[in-house]
Parts: sequence; C-alpha cells; structure tokens
Amino acid sequence: MLSTMPNIDTKLKLKISGLTRSARIMRAMTFYIPVIILVLLVLTAIFAPWLAPHDPIKVSLLERRLPPAFVEGGSMKYLLGTDSLGRDILSRAIYGARISLSVSLLVIAATAFVGTALGIAAGYLGGRTEAFLMRFTDISMAFPGLVLAMLLSVSIGPGFFTVVLALSILGWAPYARLIRGETLRLRNSDFVAQARINGASAWRIMLIHIFPNVINPLIIVMTMAVGFMILAEAALSYLGIGIPPPDPSWGSMVADGRGDIDRAWWISTFPGILIALVVLSGNFFGDWLRDKMDPRLRQL
Amino acid sequence: MTRFILIRLVQTVIALIGIAVLIFVLVRASGNPIDLLRSATSTPEEIENLQRQLGLDKSNWEQFRIFMFGLVQGDFGESLLKRRPVSTMLGEAIPNSLKLTVPAFVISMLVATALGVFAATRRDSFLDNGVKFVAILGQAVPGFWLAIMAMMLFSVIWGILPTAGMGGPAHYVLPVGTMAFFLLPGMMRLVRSGMLDVLDSEYIKLARIKGLSERIIVWKHAFRNAMIAPLTTAGMIMAGLVMGAVITENIFNWPGMGRLVLEATYARDFPVVQACTLMIGVMVLGMNLLVDIAYAYVDPQIRYQKS
Repeated sequence: MLSTMPNIDTKLKLKISGLTRSARIMRAMTFYIPVIILVLLVLTAIFAPWLAPHDPIKVSLLERRLPPAFVEGGSMKYLLGTDSLGRDILSRAIYGARISLSVSLLVIAATAFVGTALGIAAGYLGGRTEAFLMRFTDISMAFPGLVLAMLLSVSIGPGFFTVVLALSILGWAPYARLIRGETLRLRNSDFVAQARINGASAWRIMLIHIFPNVINPLIIVMTMAVGFMILAEAALSYLGIGIPPPDPSWGSMVADGRGDIDRAWWISTFPGILIALVVLSGNFFGDWLRDKMDPRLRQL
Repeated sequence: MTRFILIRLVQTVIALIGIAVLIFVLVRASGNPIDLLRSATSTPEEIENLQRQLGLDKSNWEQFRIFMFGLVQGDFGESLLKRRPVSTMLGEAIPNSLKLTVPAFVISMLVATALGVFAATRRDSFLDNGVKFVAILGQAVPGFWLAIMAMMLFSVIWGILPTAGMGGPAHYVLPVGTMAFFLLPGMMRLVRSGMLDVLDSEYIKLARIKGLSERIIVWKHAFRNAMIAPLTTAGMIMAGLVMGAVITENIFNWPGMGRLVLEATYARDFPVVQACTLMIGVMVLGMNLLVDIAYAYVDPQIRYQKS
C-alpha cells in the first residue's frame, strides 16, 4: 500500500512511538559532524598563518607535482602533495578557507541586509511599491548569476570585491521574497494595528515592530546560504573569473589540476572533497536550524 | 488572458531594456570604454576610428540611442579577438550548445520524474532515502569537480571514453552526463516534494475512495497536478543550464556558447560578452514569460489576481 497519510499524522506517530535507536544516532550525527566541520573551518580560517606548514603562494619549481605523503613517492614535507608549480596543497587549502569564508560571509551580510529592507518595504507598504519590488525580485531570481559575474569580471576586472559584488547583486532576491511573505503575515496582526493607532510612523513600525519578528526566518536563510555561497565562489574561481591567482581559492585549486589529471590526480581531488564537505555541513546545519527554529519554512 | 499576456510582455521588454542599460553603464563604469573595446595591439589610428565608429565622441544620450538601435537590429558589433561579426560566431556556437543541453535536459527530466514520483509514492523506503541522499549530495558536490573526476576515471584511467572535443556518440557521454548532473538534483527534489503535497490532498483521497487503480491515481490525478508548481522554478532550471553549459563546454572543450563567452571573458572581448549576456537574458526572460503564460493558463486564479 502507498503511504498517503497526511503529513501531520506521520509526524504525530513518530512523536508517540519515538525514534528507533539507530535513527536517533543518525540524527545526532547529522548535527554534530557538520557543526564540528564548520567550527574547524572557522578556526582554520582564523589561524591559517599558524596552521599552514608552508607559504601558500611560494613557487618551488624543483618540487613540482609531488604526490601526497600516503602515496608512494610522497614525503612528510608535503602532506597533500604539491601542485604544478610546486606549491604546498595543504597550505593552499588552509588559506583557501579564509577566502571561502570571507566571501560567503560578506555576501550573506550584504544580501541579507538589502533583501530584508526591500522585503519589509514591499510587504508593509504594499501597492505599487510592492508590485514593482516583487517584479524586480522575480527578474533577479531568474537571471543567471554566472553571466553577471562574467560581465563584471570583464568590465571592472576580476578580484575579491568583484566576486562579492557579482554574488550580491542578485543574491538579495530570495531574502526579499521570504521577508515580504513574513511581513504580509505580520502586517495584519494586532500589535501592528495597535502601533498604528498609537500614531507610529511607517518607518517606526517597519523597524521596531516588524523587523524583530522576521529575525528568526532571516537567520535560517542566512545559514542555509553559507553552503550555496561557498559553492558559488568556488565555481567562479574555478572558471577563472573569481579570486585571481596566485591567491588560493578551493575552486581555482581544482582548476589548477585540470591539465594534470593524467599524472597528478591529487591536485584537483583534495580541494573538491573539501568544498563538498564544507557545503554539505553548511546545508545540514541550516536544515537542522530550520527544523529547530521554524519548521514552517520546510519549503525552502 | 490577453491582458495578462500583454502586461507580462511589456514587463519582459522593460526587463530586457534594463539589462541593456546595465551593460551600457558597465562598459563605461570602468572609465574609458575604449580601453575595453580596443584590442591590445590597436594603433592610435585604429583607436580613433573605433572611437568614431562607436560614436564615443557624441553625448551619452546619443551613444545610448545608437547602442540600442544596433541591438534591435541584431548588430552586436565585431569580435575584437577574432575580427568577425559576433552574430556569425553566435550562429555557429548556439547549435553546438543545443546538441549538449537538449539531450541533458530531456534525460534529467525523465530520470527526475521517474525517481521523484517513485520516491514520493514509496515514502521513507530505501529508494526514497536514496533519492534524498543523491539530492543532498548533488547540491553540495561541485559539478566542475565531479566532471574532472569522471574524466580522470573514464578517459585517463580506464580509457573507455574520449577526453574532450566534439565527435561521435562516445564524445557525448561525459559532457551530457555532466550537464544532466547540474539539473538532476534540483529537479528530482521538486518532483518529489510536489508529488508529496498533491498525494496529501483531498481529491486524491476521493480518487482512492472511488476505487481507482494506483496507476491512474499516481500518474493521471497526482502527477499532472504535481507538475504545476515546479513550472515556476523554470528560471532556476535555466540558470542551471547556463551554468552547466559554461562549465561543461569548457571542461570538455565543446565549441558552444558557454566556451565562447568564457574565452571572450578571459580575452576581455567585450562585444562578445555583451552579446552573449543579452542572448542569455533574452532566453531566460522569454522562458519565464512562456512559463508565466502556461501557469496562468492552467491556474485561473493567477490570471485574475495579477491582471
């Protein structure tokens, strides 16, 4: 038989019967492992100069394409081997954490700010403002960010802030859409009506009465964006329109090894695994946070 | 309905103009546009010619008018690198891109539908968990990395597939597979969650009470309705296609639009980048327009509410 029971019944049943032991362990694992990985990532980014065994951009032409320590021919000097210019992959990966994290955090801060402001304005003011802002949001969501990134890279040149800008220009749209929805829900509530009766201005209501009530969903979406932004930065850097060389970005490290896959598999492999691990952790943590704080947002 | 289509059409045109304005401003944002538009080897004479040809000695408004007229007539200028009209280059590249994107789209659509529906009807089964796992992993593993790994495995280590380039059927396996990977996880998730929502609804219960067979309930009653919601995310799918095309074509050396635009980006060949941006903008916005119309057609609420 097919299970077509309404969702709510299933949830109730789970609650009553409790989870099995292995399911509970699994659930704990999907929380603790991602959190540990994310904490390690932050610490790595902060303490990169102390952790990295070598200079990440120092070229050593005599030690090109050395295999990692655990492979035959590898040495303990370079634990994960060296790339085609003889740079230490481990050190580059450690410094790469800085780039991944700083780009994604900057982008998330900028987009969350703009998206929230526009979302609250659209939801609360309504009318033409809302129609215009939401149409603008729709277009921004549909426009391929990669194209914009290329356009920016050509016109203002590649670099750290070009990446941040490229990801931010379109990235605010999902926030605006979500926050507008939340604002619509709050707009007709009694406390907003009360504030309006008391003569509060639109500014005051939006800032003091509505904003604090959209913080929860905002934090959830910001957390869920971490993985996405790290992946986006890696993709741009991989394509050569992100962080310019010689600065180590995980994405460009994968690209560095592209021409060497027949003789040095480790150059591309390790940074890719790192990206996947970190993004996976970010997504799991975001899901966990959402389930804890606001299960309503399941659809995201 | 006509009114609705008309309003959407006007909005789409406005958005396109917006993109054109953005490009116009961006060329000039970085200082003198001639630095972007000339090639490194141009002589002062050529620069002056180009300047006159582009009308850069005229006022901003006049320049904008000329720029827009050129676009409307399909005149994107000449590639600085190849010295050929951009429209000819696009005409060669677009069919190659379609040879890659169309099969990838069809394959991932079919696979996503089959797996998504089966996962939803057998909720929490082994298959469902597998689908969820692939979807989660697919959203975290970088596609460009996976493509390189696949190339290493199939072409370098096992030597059963060609590494890159266009050619016989074997040349299609890896690129199409990579492209499909960009689309599959998202599509699968959409089909699954759409099906789950619909299977919960009252009319499915009614269909069951009527004693209809499972096959008819799932494929005729549930599936058709479940596919309406994912329609709105066609924009996301288009973005996936663009991203996938750029990355896949560059990894596998496929002479399509994705490679054209990225190579032009490296060479700072602005006319090509600008034409590709506009083309992609037209495709994405056109797609959204079609989806909006289709959506309004199947769901009258939208037609009335928004127009």
